[in-house]
Amino acid sequence: MSQHRIPAWITVGVIPLANVAMAALAAALVFWYLNINPLEALQAMVYGAFGSSYGWGYTLYYMTSYIFTGLAVAVVFQAGMFNIGGEGQAYIGALGVGLVCLGLGGHVPLFVLLPISIIAAFVFGGLWALIPAWLQAKRGSHIVITTIMFNFIAASMMNYILINFLKPSGTMSVESAVFDPSSWIPKMHEALALIGISIDRSPLNLSMFWALFVAFAVWFFLWRTRWGYEVRAMGSNASGAQYGGISIPKTVIMIMIIGGGLAGFMALNVVQGEAHQIKLNLVNQMGFTGIAVALMGRNHPFGIVIASLLFGFLTQGGSELQFEYSVDARIVVVLQGLVILFSGALQNMMKHPIERLYLRLSSNRKKTSEELAAEA
Amino acid sequence: MDAFNSIILILDATLRNATPLIFAALAGMFSERAGIVNIALEGKILISAFAGASAAYYTGSPWMGLLAGMMASVMFAQLHAFATVTHNGDHVVSGLAINILAAGLTAAVGNYWFSQGGNTPNLVSRADELNARFEPIVFPFAEALADVPIIGGIYSELLSGHYILVYLAFLAVPLCWFVLFRTRFGLRLRATGENPQAVDTAGISVTKVRYLALLVCGLLAGFAGVYLAVALTAQFSPNMSAGKGYMALAALIFGKWRPKTTMLACLLFGALQAIADRSQGAIILGFEVPVQLVEALPYILTVVLLGGFIGRAVAPKAIGKPYVKERA
Repeated sequence: MSQHRIPAWITVGVIPLANVAMAALAAALVFWYLNINPLEALQAMVYGAFGSSYGWGYTLYYMTSYIFTGLAVAVVFQAGMFNIGGEGQAYIGALGVGLVCLGLGGHVPLFVLLPISIIAAFVFGGLWALIPAWLQAKRGSHIVITTIMFNFIAASMMNYILINFLKPSGTMSVESAVFDPSSWIPKMHEALALIGISIDRSPLNLSMFWALFVAFAVWFFLWRTRWGYEVRAMGSNASGAQYGGISIPKTVIMIMIIGGGLAGFMALNVVQGEAHQIKLNLVNQMGFTGIAVALMGRNHPFGIVIASLLFGFLTQGGSELQFEYSVDARIVVVLQGLVILFSGALQNMMKHPIERLYLRLSSNRKKTSEELAAEA
Repeated sequence: MDAFNSIILILDATLRNATPLIFAALAGMFSERAGIVNIALEGKILISAFAGASAAYYTGSPWMGLLAGMMASVMFAQLHAFATVTHNGDHVVSGLAINILAAGLTAAVGNYWFSQGGNTPNLVSRADELNARFEPIVFPFAEALADVPIIGGIYSELLSGHYILVYLAFLAVPLCWFVLFRTRFGLRLRATGENPQAVDTAGISVTKVRYLALLVCGLLAGFAGVYLAVALTAQFSPNMSAGKGYMALAALIFGKWRPKTTMLACLLFGALQAIADRSQGAIILGFEVPVQLVEALPYILTVVLLGGFIGRAVAPKAIGKPYVKERA
């Protein structure tokens, strides 16, 4: 079977769609059980996510975060490793962004501050990934486990820093002071108002363009630079890559720093673009959702942009269901879980039957064309 | 005397905290020893806590809760087996899917059933004459001995008065050791985790062993969840597992995948949690240690161990690798 070639449109088109269809079917069963008509629910979700500039704003806002956390998983996956530390890396990235905004906000203009906060997001997120990377590269400890542990360590550490250093005295809730407005990344509705286009208020901000640019940059890095080649070589065959002169420990550490830095960028969107302060649990599982995004996007930056849009739709559309049907908001989490299950864990379930079907159909066609040729 | 009392109280809390960790870590041991990476312990604890609390509420019996919790957990464990063994799916992705599904389903279905924001109703309610919670077991003469110095503290406070599941957790440790290291099933299970080819050559189905291993894993994880919802608190609330599944995984690694050392790791982590819960911090050697550091210590210690700085944690050899029969 493996001698026959399966064309790309099956691998990247039909099979992922079949997986999503399975997830949708399972989701329909859940909705049906919760006494919600699945088709009406889908309609409500589509309307909630795409029916207005308000809905679009939220959908694209979530998409922006998912692009960053999805890329953070995907680049590391290209090297054949699993980065489940996006949650912690984004949280620590938020610390970097927050410190820059708290320290420089109001003192320097945004065009000076923004590059610094971008670098801070990358450096803080990247450094948080450095220790698991170093342990994997030099001591052979498994990166899945260490990055999980580092998510918890990040949560405790941020809790400590917020309570003891960043919380303004006299306030009750555990969060930092609000940044100076001059350090905020402009909202999309404000920016578009300047050129005379009016859209509804939403958390969507200009970091969306940075996300799209970063996705392109990651593609360029992976497929057009020597380092990217080394990463992919290691991912497809680590011992072969090493034999070819690629340093595995160096590549592990480099790609994990990049992955952590990409996760850290999420803070630009969520912290500098929307919340304007560091809050507890600001990452809110989006680091984990990044794994689903990377899976759906098949670890390719362009696929990830599309998958991020899908997850933005699920998040925004799903939260609309809450108002329409008084269903628990965490129905969104069920949808995400089903997508991960069917397009990730069970991806082979649909793959083999579809490939077999294709091969049978194509061999039939070949046979008939041969018969026709024989007759002629 | 005060110091003695507070030590007793911390040790008492340690036993309570360690119980769900021990069940979940033993569950993880059966799975990982058979070669299946299990980061899905968290989801199994959550789903069994929910099923357990719901069943206990509807039937009025904690034991029915335990049964339902174990069944729910086994279903999720078998889903993990279906994805990782039958379809050679990635173990980490499958585990993650289960965790996320459990978090979402328990909240959404819980809200649909009880309309209390995802919580179940309280299992102990005088108005409904409902008492579906496990009762603490008081040892004989515990009352009488309570005021005797030292012995009273140890016997009446520390050893007596826990839920039956606490004692079962500590009984489960030697039992699991016996099953894993002294029975034919245990030998086959461990061989499957180390060298599935050899197991296959001997005419034993790797698939069957791994499904069975995950069945046991589900049963044990069910105890952990039911303990949280039906014994420790008399209610399910969303995300009540609060990372215990991951901590159990850390304990399993810290205990180097062996029953006794894993139990000791669970006790250590339980003690750290007890210290963190009790105070705003601990004073160790004259330094004030922030409470967040105490909370993070189980994870930090596990990372340090994995780095090979204190001993060496070597995982089962075939862990995480799908077993594909080679075709001629």
